[in-house]
Amino acid sequence: MTPESKGRDVNPEDIEFGLDTFVYASVDESGRAVDGDIVIRNTVEEAVLADSVGIDSFNIAEHYRPEMMDSAGHVMLAAIAGRTERIRLGTAVTVLSTQDPVRVYTNFATLDAVSNGRAQLIVGRGSLTESFPLFGFDLADYEELFEEKLDLLTRLLRDQPVTWSGTFRPPLTNQYLSPPLPEGHLPTWVGVGGSPQSVIRAARYGLPLMLAVIGGPARRFAPLVDLYKRALDAYGHAPLPIGMHSHGFVARTDDEAVAIQWPYWADIFEGAAAERGWARPTMERFQAEIADGSLYLGSPETVATKIAAVIRQLGLSRFDWAYATGRVPHEQRMATIELYGREVVPRVRELLAEPPAEPASSSAPATTDVGAASVQQ
Amino acid sequence: MSSSSATDRRLGIVGAGKMGTTVARAAMSAGYDVALSGSGPPERIALIVDVLAPGARAVTADEVVGSAGIIILALPIHRFRELPQDLFAGKILVDAMNYWEDIDGVDEELATAPLGTSVVVQQRFSSARVVKSLNHLGYYDFEEIRRPTGVVGRIAIAAAGDDRAAVAAVLQLIDRLGFDAVDAGRLEAGLALQPDGPVFGVRHGAGELSELLWAEASSA
Ligand SMILES: NC(=O)c1ccc[n+]([C@@H]2O[C@H](COP(=O)([O-])OP(=O)(O)OC[C@H]3O[C@@H](n4cnc5c(N)ncnc54)[C@H](OP(=O)(O)O)[C@@H]3O)[C@@H](O)[C@H]2O)c1
Repeated sequence: MTPESKGRDVNPEDIEFGLDTFVYASVDESGRAVDGDIVIRNTVEEAVLADSVGIDSFNIAEHYRPEMMDSAGHVMLAAIAGRTERIRLGTAVTVLSTQDPVRVYTNFATLDAVSNGRAQLIVGRGSLTESFPLFGFDLADYEELFEEKLDLLTRLLRDQPVTWSGTFRPPLTNQYLSPPLPEGHLPTWVGVGGSPQSVIRAARYGLPLMLAVIGGPARRFAPLVDLYKRALDAYGHAPLPIGMHSHGFVARTDDEAVAIQWPYWADIFEGAAAERGWARPTMERFQAEIADGSLYLGSPETVATKIAAVIRQLGLSRFDWAYATGRVPHEQRMATIELYGREVVPRVRELLAEPPAEPASSSAPATTDVGAASVQQ
Repeated sequence: MSSSSATDRRLGIVGAGKMGTTVARAAMSAGYDVALSGSGPPERIALIVDVLAPGARAVTADEVVGSAGIIILALPIHRFRELPQDLFAGKILVDAMNYWEDIDGVDEELATAPLGTSVVVQQRFSSARVVKSLNHLGYYDFEEIRRPTGVVGRIAIAAAGDDRAAVAAVLQLIDRLGFDAVDAGRLEAGLALQPDGPVFGVRHGAGELSELLWAEASSA
């Protein structure tokens, strides 16, 4: 148990505040389904707004499902690039196991060029796995696929020309890919959901770590932060940034945020319960996720306070907020982005600039949980 | 030697992922000596064990088996057939594995197992004494909600198996890990503990858990 995960100093100005979206097929304000093509154009508008209110990055997920329109996020990102100047454009996450790293490289190196150096990636698995049967891969090969594809992708990013061979695609011999990437462009993060093996892998490749916290308190991930630091050190890499992804919604008041988000959140989890055998959603669980879990939801002050606390607790350099879960109408998504950019993010930076409060009873430092557990019996 | 006497506090775990390391921590705080293995050589999991379950030993699968009378299977179920069939001869083998298509891919035998996946596991490891348990809560629950014996509001974990002495040993293990223990009956009753079953993924006290399992058994 290393003491540094108690919250090392993070320079508030250097923290990246990103938005993540699954491009949910939304409803309109009267509850009618909105056509998918409109949803996609609406999402471009959401990104343009995010840019104008000072959010640092806009990151699109990858799914192949009727309720999500994010099957070709890079095309949307290119459209957003043409309408913005500053915001970084990325993925959350690229399901690398079922993609060809050569194609990932060419798409995103091109996006980097058209956006003047604003492209970024998170590669990982995501919690839904429909891309495996769709593209003819066996989920049981997940580990081997991800390892091999990450190996090729990092080679393409770092040392072209590449001579490479593997088992899932034809070999490459002295291969150059266009367009070339300027040094340091296309930062590529590894998304992990709690598996220590995945944390070790990110460290082995010397890639920054993105923790996906989609249920329960983030302090659970403190031991993984320690593991990542130890592993980076063991592999001879300098310290690298650590980020986190969680869901949420912000409105004028806590009650309003709960009232807007709850039915759509419940809808998603009812679907998951029916399809995947998960526990059915309850208001109690929703409230627990808000109070002491993975939902960053409420008034700007509530959300900012919670984000600042987790950034300190885990020593984060990036916080990606999956705004508005489920079929939330475009108008409400816009409103939440506006509040997030204009009020939440500046407030988080302000809170982080203050000296850390001495551990109050409510915010026990992360690693003592493990310690406390070990003396409990 | 497959002693599971009241004084034996040794535990072997196959799989050093989320579940394996979490159970290892819980067991160590209950005074157990814990040995873990992964799919490769011990060096590959040494750092993980050192950081996530300090005090436990990273060893080979053979050494895990030699180290204790109770062994927990905490590897992805789509990989259990990689383990030699007679590896666990005479051991109490706690099957904590769940079959999830989203993680394990399509596996007809497991997807359709009419008596539950643990019966398939018992068929493969026919010389082991298989008990289905520790599978129906999320791994983090082992961290956050375990409580000493006698504390009000303690959460319960069920165990199902045909070898009654093995079940008794696992019930004792559950209690020491910090949960009330519920005997779910024969191994095929483990079907009720699987994903899609009536108790999966929800925290229940012992009374509630027994009732749900009883209702399931009498409706079957
Ligand atoms: N996660 C939960 O909340 C939870 C709860 C209850 C039950 N379970 C069950 O527990 C099992 C493990 O889940 P997890 O979430 O811990 O997965 P995980 O984090 O992916 O860990 C899986 C572990 O299994 C190891 N492994 C793979 N093949 C192996 C082999 N042939 N021999 C020995 N070890 C092997 C892996 O080691 P290498 O990296 O060395 O291959 C890895 O350490 C699954 O069956 C799951 O259904 C999980």
